[in-house]
Amino acid sequence: MIADQRTTMQKRVHNAQRMNRIMTVVFYCIGGFFLVLILVLAVYIIINGIRSIYPGVFGFDSDGIGNQFFNTVYLVFWSLLISVPIGVLAGIYMAEYAGDNKLTKFIRISIESLSSLPSIVVGLFGYLVFILYTGAKWNLMAGALAVSILSLPSITTTTEDAMRSLPKSYKAGSMALGATHWTTIHKVLLPACLPRIITGVILAAGRGFGEAAALLYTSGQSTRLNWSNWNITSKTCPLNPFRPGETLALHIWVMRTEGSLNAHSEEIANVCAMILVICVLLFSLAARMITKHVTRKQTGDNA
Amino acid sequence: MESGKETNRNTKITKSYYFRKEYLGRGFATGCGIFIIVLTFAIGIFLLVRGTGTFTKFHHSIAEFLFSADWSPVDTAQGSGGGVGAAIFIVGSLLTCGLALAMITPFALGAAVFMTEIAPKAGEKIFRPAVEIFVGIPSVVYGWIGLTVLVPFIRDVFHAKMGGYSVLAASIVLAVMIFPTITTVAADAIRSTPDSCRKAGYGLGSTRWQVIYRIVIPASKNGIFTGIILGLARAFGEALAVAMVIGKTKSFPKNLLSPTSNLTAEIAADMGNTASGGEANMALWSMALLLFLISMLFIFLIHLISGSGKKKEKD
Repeated sequence: MIADQRTTMQKRVHNAQRMNRIMTVVFYCIGGFFLVLILVLAVYIIINGIRSIYPGVFGFDSDGIGNQFFNTVYLVFWSLLISVPIGVLAGIYMAEYAGDNKLTKFIRISIESLSSLPSIVVGLFGYLVFILYTGAKWNLMAGALAVSILSLPSITTTTEDAMRSLPKSYKAGSMALGATHWTTIHKVLLPACLPRIITGVILAAGRGFGEAAALLYTSGQSTRLNWSNWNITSKTCPLNPFRPGETLALHIWVMRTEGSLNAHSEEIANVCAMILVICVLLFSLAARMITKHVTRKQTGDNA
Repeated sequence: MESGKETNRNTKITKSYYFRKEYLGRGFATGCGIFIIVLTFAIGIFLLVRGTGTFTKFHHSIAEFLFSADWSPVDTAQGSGGGVGAAIFIVGSLLTCGLALAMITPFALGAAVFMTEIAPKAGEKIFRPAVEIFVGIPSVVYGWIGLTVLVPFIRDVFHAKMGGYSVLAASIVLAVMIFPTITTVAADAIRSTPDSCRKAGYGLGSTRWQVIYRIVIPASKNGIFTGIILGLARAFGEALAVAMVIGKTKSFPKNLLSPTSNLTAEIAADMGNTASGGEANMALWSMALLLFLISMLFIFLIHLISGSGKKKEKD
C-alpha cells in the first residue's frame, strides 16, 4: 500500500519535472522564434533596400526621395517644436503642481485617451480642423500639428515619470535655500531629469518619422520643391511650412497606389523602407545610449 | 512712517518677484495641463459633430449604419438616398483583429514569460531592445513587407483567387504589429509579481513551470488583460498596413483567403475622393466616429480591469 503510494508520488514528480522541461524548451523556442523573426525582418528590409538602390534614387526630383526625406525631417522638427514645450510643461504640472483632485484625474484620462487614439483618427481631426475649416490646401504644418497631437501624451508621461523619479532631497535642498517652487523646477529638477526627457523626445521623434496614417489627409501626398527658391512665402520654397509636404512613410503608400506612373516605384518604396528602419534603429540606439550614460552617472559606476 | 514705507515697498517687490519666479511658470504649466483636456474634448466633439451628419442630415438610422451591408452612398455634395450600411467594414475590422489576437496572444505571452522568468538576463539585454525595435518599425513598412512578401506567398502557396490579398494576410500583418505591445505590457505585469510568491512556490517543491502557470500568471492576470486590450486597440486603429494587404473589396469575405475591407482601410482609401459634406463623405466620418468610440471603449475596459484589481488588493 505504502509502496504503491510512493510510486504514484514518484510518477507525479516525474511527470511534473518532464512537463517543466518540455515547457522550458517551448519557451526557448518562442523566444528564439521572435528574435529570429525581428532579425530576419530588419536584415531583409535593409538588404532589399540596398539592392534596390539605383542612380538618382537619392536625388531631389520625382525619381528620387531627397525631397521626401527633407520633408520628413522638417515635419518632425516642427512637430517637436510644438509638442515638446506643451508636453514638458504639462508633465511638470502633473508631477509637481497637480493636486489629488478631479482636474488631475481628468487630465490623466485625457492623456490616456489621446495616447490610445488611432493615428488615422487624429489625422482626420487634423484634416477637419486644419484643412477643411481653415480652407487651406494640404500643408506640412497641418501634418506637423497632427503628429504633435500623437507625440504629446508620450512626452507628457515621460516628463512626469522622470520628475517623480528624482530624489526628494533635490527639491527640499533647493526650497530650503529660499527658491520658489518654479525656480526649483526649472533650475534644479528640470536639468536633473533632462537626459530622460531627451530620451523620450527621441523616441517620439522616431514615431513621428514613420507616421503615415495621420499625414494622409493633412500634409498631402505630393511634393514639389525648387531648391533655388528661397522666398519663404512661395509654394515651392523648401522652408515654407505651408506647402504640401509628402514624407518618406507616406511615399511608400503613394508608390503602391501610383505603381504604374513611376517605373521605379518598387525600388523607391524599398529604399524608403530601408531608410525608415535604419533611422528607427539609430533613434532607439541614441535613446539607449543616453539612458545608459545617465544610469552610469547616477549610480557612480564607471565600469 | 519711514519703516512703514519700507515694508510697503518690500511687499511690492515680493509680489512682482513671486509673479515672475512662481506664478508665471506655474500658470504656464497649469495651462498646458488644461490644454490636454481641451484637446481631447475638441477631438471628441469635432468628430461627434461631423460623424453624426449621416444620422441628422441624411436621416439614416444607426441600426442601418451598423448592421446593413448595403454600402451605396451617393457621392455628390447634396444628393442623398443611398445606403450607408457599414457592416462589411465593421465585420472586416472585427474579423482581422480577432484573428490576429487569437494567433499571437499565446506566443506573445510565451515571449513575455521567456524574457522575465526563463531568461531574465538575456531578456533584459537582448530581448527588450529587439522588441523595442519591433515597436519602432513604422506601420507602412509592415504593410509594404506584407504586400511584397506575404501576399505573393499566400497567392503561391494557397492559390488564393484574388492574388493573395486576403483576410489572412491582414491578420498576420496585424499579429506581428501587436505582438510587441502585448509582450511588453504582460512582461511588466509578470515582473511586478512579488518575488515572495515565487519563493513560496519553489519552497513547496514546485517546478518552474508549475510556479509560472499556477502562481505568476494568475497573479499578473490584470496586467496581461490590459496588454491584450492595448494590442487589440492598436490593431483596430491600424490603417495603412491593413489597407495595403486586405484587398479593399466591398463584400463580405467568403473564407480566410478572400479579400474584404475594414473601417480604417475604407476611410484611408476614400476620404479624399468623396465630395466634402456629401452622403458618402459623411458616412466615412461616421466610421471615423465609430473608431473613436471604440478606442474610448477600450480605455474604459482597461480602467475596469485595473479598478477590479485594486479592489481585490484592498479586500
